[in-house]
Amino acid sequence: MDREQIVQQVRDALGDKIKRLHVANPRRVYVTVEPGDVVEATRILHKDLGARFNIASGMQTQTDFEVLYHFAFEEEAPNGVLVTVRVHLDHENPSVDSVVGSVPAARWIEQEMNELLGIEFRNHPEMKRLLLSEDWPKGVYPLRHGKPWEGKVEKKL
Amino acid sequence: MSNKAERTKSIVPIGPYHPLQEEPELFRLHVEGETVVDVDVDIGWNHRGIEKLAESRTWDQVPFLVERICGICSNSHPLAYVQAVEDCAGVEVPERALYIRTLVAELERLHSHLLWVGLAGHFLGYNTVFMWGWKYREPILDIFEELTGNRNHYAMMRPGGVRRDVDESLFPDIHRKLDEVWKQLELIAGAVTDDPVLHARLKGIGVLSREDAIAYSALGPTSRASGVPADIRRNHPYAAYDRLEWKVITTENGDVYDKAIVRVLESFETIKIIRQCLDRMPKGEIDAKMKEVPPGEGIGIAEAPRGEVFHYVRSDGTNSPIRHKVRAPTYMNLPTCKATVIGESITDATIILAAIDPCYCCTERLAVVDADTQKPLMTGKDLVRLSQEKTLRIRKELGL
Repeated sequence: MDREQIVQQVRDALGDKIKRLHVANPRRVYVTVEPGDVVEATRILHKDLGARFNIASGMQTQTDFEVLYHFAFEEEAPNGVLVTVRVHLDHENPSVDSVVGSVPAARWIEQEMNELLGIEFRNHPEMKRLLLSEDWPKGVYPLRHGKPWEGKVEKKL
Repeated sequence: MSNKAERTKSIVPIGPYHPLQEEPELFRLHVEGETVVDVDVDIGWNHRGIEKLAESRTWDQVPFLVERICGICSNSHPLAYVQAVEDCAGVEVPERALYIRTLVAELERLHSHLLWVGLAGHFLGYNTVFMWGWKYREPILDIFEELTGNRNHYAMMRPGGVRRDVDESLFPDIHRKLDEVWKQLELIAGAVTDDPVLHARLKGIGVLSREDAIAYSALGPTSRASGVPADIRRNHPYAAYDRLEWKVITTENGDVYDKAIVRVLESFETIKIIRQCLDRMPKGEIDAKMKEVPPGEGIGIAEAPRGEVFHYVRSDGTNSPIRHKVRAPTYMNLPTCKATVIGESITDATIILAAIDPCYCCTERLAVVDADTQKPLMTGKDLVRLSQEKTLRIRKELGL
């Protein structure tokens, strides 16, 4: 299977869950989905299509929060493709369902995003501190940038 | 559970700190008698905030920062990072730079695998192997010093290419040193495959099944020993790997023996790759001379000795990243201990946990603590001794 077929496979499997699909280059594909669809979308990629879960990255942008779930399609060497599922979360109350049920390897990274960025992962099996010490103050998130930006906003990804 | 069983249940804390280790971590082994019944992993003892620091460094400074994430694989992180920046900017890297990147990355894999072989030998009571492994690693570090000026932290990677050229007059001498290392590796490989004591100690111990390896998204030699042919160098070709001839080593059993074999056999492939790099090193530029990083995002992955290193960067067009995510391979490999340690004997716990190669000097901090009184019953030395005594016992039983 070549890279274009892998992308087509992802397109077919996710269907109308895709809000936006961006092929940045043949090796890197970004799929934006609604927060409500993220559990199903990651399950399809990981379980149905057999993609390996790389990791998730959380970040605060100028206007909202983003969580990116990175998956590697690599059954067909050397045509590996990294497919990233992106969700935009509300700035005031960043909250999304945990994907640990179908992607067990996401357990630690969701804990990490919770303590460093203050993103809530609903139904996580064991939401406790991973990196920060127990006496780190509640409600202080090291990777947050502060209040939303009120000036001109860069192009949204 | 009866009162008696409660009394015999102990917690074995391993870690978290030792001056030698670069990855402090704490394992709490719950043991009943000699059997491990549960394990908790606690990380974050040395969280240095590197992702946050990267936001205040320029694109060109970050390689020096991420180089210091790990002292053993100090090339893998900068390599993955510069690939992420190049992915974001869409830059073509000159051919010679790609070969130099491959050369440095493979030399690093060679010294890292030899280091692991030595440590694994020590845990099993084969201190000769420990001395051998580290002695044979020394010429690799000498090669590094000649090529890059440093035994460690080579500072070779930069977005768009490499920071300095290599001196081709050194290549014949490197070939000679690799000849020696090849012979010494054959010695080690022979010692592992022929030794009935090692078979008894390592086979069927700490098995990670193929299904578990996939479920935990295990990486590198840890997953390849379980039959998953996951190798970033082959699956997502970068640097010059797709221009060279080499094999991905996989084995089927997923036990500690297979994890050792994968690393030893992989080292031979590594020497083959280094030789090809030296022989085919193209002439030309070593730097694409990137001027700026446009707004956007990029992902870089590279196969470190322990598995895939993952870097994600987000740019807003200024001269530093607004987000930089780093994921080291041990982050994915460490949770597999839930699948491999439980149900095993405590004498085997040291080598099973060491088999994923988590830079495991902290085993010297092992101590068995009475769960009620919190008083130490055994120290780390005692546990390494237990493991070494088991080897001696097997050796006697086999009449060796």
